[in-house]
Amino acid sequence: MSRLKILALLPLAAALSGCDYVVLAPAGDIAAQQRDLVIISTVLMLLIVVPVMALTVLFAWRYRQSNTSARYEPEWDHSTKLELVIWSAPLLIIVCLGALTWMGTHLLDPYRTLGRIKAEQAVDQSRAPLEVDVVALDWKWLFIYPDYGIATVNDLAAPVDRPIKFRITASSVMNSFYIPALAGQIYAMPGMETKLHAVVNHAGTYKGFSANYSGAGFSGMRFNFQGLDDKAFDAWVAQAKSAGGSLGRAEYLKLEKPSENEPVRRYGTVDSDLYRLILNMCVETGKMCQSEMMAIDAKGGRGHEGLNNTLPLTYDKYARRGTPLGPEPTFVAGTCTPDAPQGQTTASIKAPTDIAPLTGAGLKRPTFTPLKSSSFFLGQRPKSDS
Amino acid sequence: MSPDLLKLIFGRLGLESLPLHEPIVVGTFAVVALGGATLLAGLTYFRLWGYLWREWFTTVDHKRIGIMYMILGIVMLLRGFADALMMRGQQMLAFGGSEGYLNAHHYDQVFTAHGVIMIFFVAMPLVTGLMNYVVPLQIGARDVSFPFLNNFSFWMTVGGAVLVMASLFIGEFARTGWLAYPPLSNIGYSPDVGVDYYIWALQVAGVGTTLSGINLICTIVKLRCPGMTMMKMPVFTWTSLCTNILIVASFPVLTVVLALLSLDRYVGTNFFTNDFGGSPMMYVNLIWIWGHPEVYILVLPAFGIFSEVTSTFSGKRLFGYTSMVYATVVITILSYLVWLHHFFTMGSGASVNSFFGITTMIISIPTGAKMFNWLFTMYRGRIRYELPMMWTIAFMLTFVLGGMTGVLLAVPPADFVLHNSLFLIAHFHNVIIGGVVFGAFAGINYWFPKAFGFKLDVFWGKLSFWFWVVGFYLAFMPLYVLGLMGVTRRLRVFDDPSLQIWFVIAAIGAFLVFLGILSMLMQFAVSLLKREQLKDVTGDPWDARTLEWATSSPPPDYNFAFTPVVHDNDAWWDMKKRGYQRPLTGFKPIHMPSSTGTGVILAGLATAMGFGLIWYIWWLAAASFLAMLVVGIGHTFNYHRDFDIPAEDVIRTEDARTKLLAGAK
Repeated sequence: MSRLKILALLPLAAALSGCDYVVLAPAGDIAAQQRDLVIISTVLMLLIVVPVMALTVLFAWRYRQSNTSARYEPEWDHSTKLELVIWSAPLLIIVCLGALTWMGTHLLDPYRTLGRIKAEQAVDQSRAPLEVDVVALDWKWLFIYPDYGIATVNDLAAPVDRPIKFRITASSVMNSFYIPALAGQIYAMPGMETKLHAVVNHAGTYKGFSANYSGAGFSGMRFNFQGLDDKAFDAWVAQAKSAGGSLGRAEYLKLEKPSENEPVRRYGTVDSDLYRLILNMCVETGKMCQSEMMAIDAKGGRGHEGLNNTLPLTYDKYARRGTPLGPEPTFVAGTCTPDAPQGQTTASIKAPTDIAPLTGAGLKRPTFTPLKSSSFFLGQRPKSDS
Repeated sequence: MSPDLLKLIFGRLGLESLPLHEPIVVGTFAVVALGGATLLAGLTYFRLWGYLWREWFTTVDHKRIGIMYMILGIVMLLRGFADALMMRGQQMLAFGGSEGYLNAHHYDQVFTAHGVIMIFFVAMPLVTGLMNYVVPLQIGARDVSFPFLNNFSFWMTVGGAVLVMASLFIGEFARTGWLAYPPLSNIGYSPDVGVDYYIWALQVAGVGTTLSGINLICTIVKLRCPGMTMMKMPVFTWTSLCTNILIVASFPVLTVVLALLSLDRYVGTNFFTNDFGGSPMMYVNLIWIWGHPEVYILVLPAFGIFSEVTSTFSGKRLFGYTSMVYATVVITILSYLVWLHHFFTMGSGASVNSFFGITTMIISIPTGAKMFNWLFTMYRGRIRYELPMMWTIAFMLTFVLGGMTGVLLAVPPADFVLHNSLFLIAHFHNVIIGGVVFGAFAGINYWFPKAFGFKLDVFWGKLSFWFWVVGFYLAFMPLYVLGLMGVTRRLRVFDDPSLQIWFVIAAIGAFLVFLGILSMLMQFAVSLLKREQLKDVTGDPWDARTLEWATSSPPPDYNFAFTPVVHDNDAWWDMKKRGYQRPLTGFKPIHMPSSTGTGVILAGLATAMGFGLIWYIWWLAAASFLAMLVVGIGHTFNYHRDFDIPAEDVIRTEDARTKLLAGAK
């Protein structure tokens, strides 16, 4: 649907065409399909809403008390035919809308890889999608480009017509990653990963922000998303690379501290393991990664010894943690390995980073031997794995 | 004194907890303190304390409790609306580098308080008040099943409201949004008292709501007058029954989820924390398992009011009574199967999202059927445009729009682009104002003459109506537009100057609504002054159809001298048609429940306990808890639970009415 047509749908827009109805005129194929669903659903519902509103006005006027020429039947209170109509008319609309919803929801599932670039162009399978790891921090956005080894704060760019695969998490509280021109939003949550697939079809600069209130600096959690042609994108990457600066664990821990209205920042190099550490909440040295903990649990857990594997929390990014009546705050210590005698977790621990429940596909078991129920209850590890 | 001793006595409450650095709050406090002092002085001067205590605070009469709920709702509406005006003002001003006039600390409390107050302490009291007043009358009962419980429930609701109001001047309120999602609401990110105020205000009020739900279910199930089978109950009673079933089934979920959150905050459990196996997503699910039925808890009674009003003012039987009842029941059941539509964007799979999207759409079928039923009740009627009917027409036109945008938001891919946007804000205000608030106002205008014996003034009522309706459209249509521009909710400052005009229009709309509220207060005042002119002695000023209109206005303490016997749906209409003669002799003593102050005392202690827990004043919490146990057990030894209204009193009351009726003819 062209922009002009859409504007015609909104009479208000004609008067204020200076405004940017980005939801109705997006720049990405996913957002455009979502927009189409908005419009089709609205039109479908108008089929019944308009008659109802018209009848309300008509009956309200026609059967006013002063109009004595209108029929008056005070005892008339039932008509099977009418009842059939008033239940089946909304039902029919909902059947159509339900079918549309089922298809649309599956086709536009943010976890689904893209099948097309735009209406008449399928995805070129030979060209890998652009991968971007997104971290919502208090209160700014960190974007890591694993393929390019760069990272940015509050600045996102992607080449036009190349599918983008976002992996999204957060450092502290819930946020929602939303670029209206590109695609619908998805929550960014700490210790969890959500995914979003999208593509931008028109070059330009668009707004991105958090769409879920996350505290004092929420209003300033904005960034620009640029759709660039391939050349300009390469230049953008080169610019980031030349910006110097490197983002390792120490730098990240400084960066993640709450701050508001952050300017754009670029890092020429980035710790290739950083995103995994953030996602598993173990950037701080000595903390056990969630993936590691889950791997241990999947093997039957550590039993009672596990209870003692905690250390007092001395460092925290927040002013206060710990409750008035509860114990002192602790964290689960990482396990020692020969590579990391201090209990540092390293990239060598291969653990599933794909937190499957989020996909809705159910808990896909890691490649371990399935648990025996007896061993679970006895708190023993299954023997077969070691 | 040593700091340790101070801490023991005052917990974390100190002089620095008073928001002296916020000029707006200090100003408000000055006005409230002045107004409060004047009120208290007036009450003392006119020696009204004894009267208030005996006749109102300790009453177990469902009618007086209903009226007190309405007063609570209207008072809290002023507070909640003040928050709304502040938000509109802030969002109108904060453009082009301006920070507006509210800092984040204050603004974030304002929008949280607005949501909490409007839902829990405005909409709920208004709806509960109307149900409390009307339901026993409609079913021909003398009171609710558990009159003392009713009084206790009301005061618990007041206790919650008192805690929310206290947070304005002592400490702060939550800065989390009205549902306080963790991790933000957990101790790590909200270490201050705000969230604790939120938790304990809702817990105290929640006890009241749950008990009142149980009470009304029992009343409707057990106390209907002879002949009133379930399928002869008035529709408002039906919707009240369904609402209270929803309350009883859903409020415990809220209680539990808030209890889990308090465990996280007080003793360091990890239900909703990020680490140690906690899952904030669980909180979001649980709170919406309560939260979605809550929406229907509010709107179902409003649907009932519209049914009564449409039928009465069209001078016709309600079209499709049976399908109306089934629609209500279907909505009740379905409202439990849709909660996930509040967070499609949290990452559920496509099949889960579609399931909840489609169940949500299915709710629109019975709702649509209801809409058609009202429409065909008007069809071939003789519609009198009194104030309740005007609100009803405004509702019908407004609510379908809100319903339509609601179904649109139920399409998950559409929700992905509109979720948390101002489009969503416009949608739920469209259904809550267009449905619940308009319904409450229709109910107030409709039943006011029943409660007080005189009608409400029409001029100020119409003024209020038009200010509200026009104000509503001006305030919220721009938000739909802004939502389509991708503007999200709860923003404090903006960078795009082209948006400002829409916020200005919305602020003008909010101001019109403000005039509407003032006009309504004027309407009450003017009606009180003109009560002789507006007087209704018949007890049936609207030529209405249900039993509450069979008795006098205001009804005697015992509601009906003789329990009515019902033969038809529209019982009173049927009685009028068959030439019913009011019995004039044969009166007997009437057995009634006695007033008791226990409800006020218990609720006061519960509020004190909440305050103690909020501020870590452990001795206060423990002492009030013990005192509650003592008072509660003590009350079981109160054997003065009931009394008989002597036959002479009944005869006197009924004779007075006979004279009035004769004089009216």
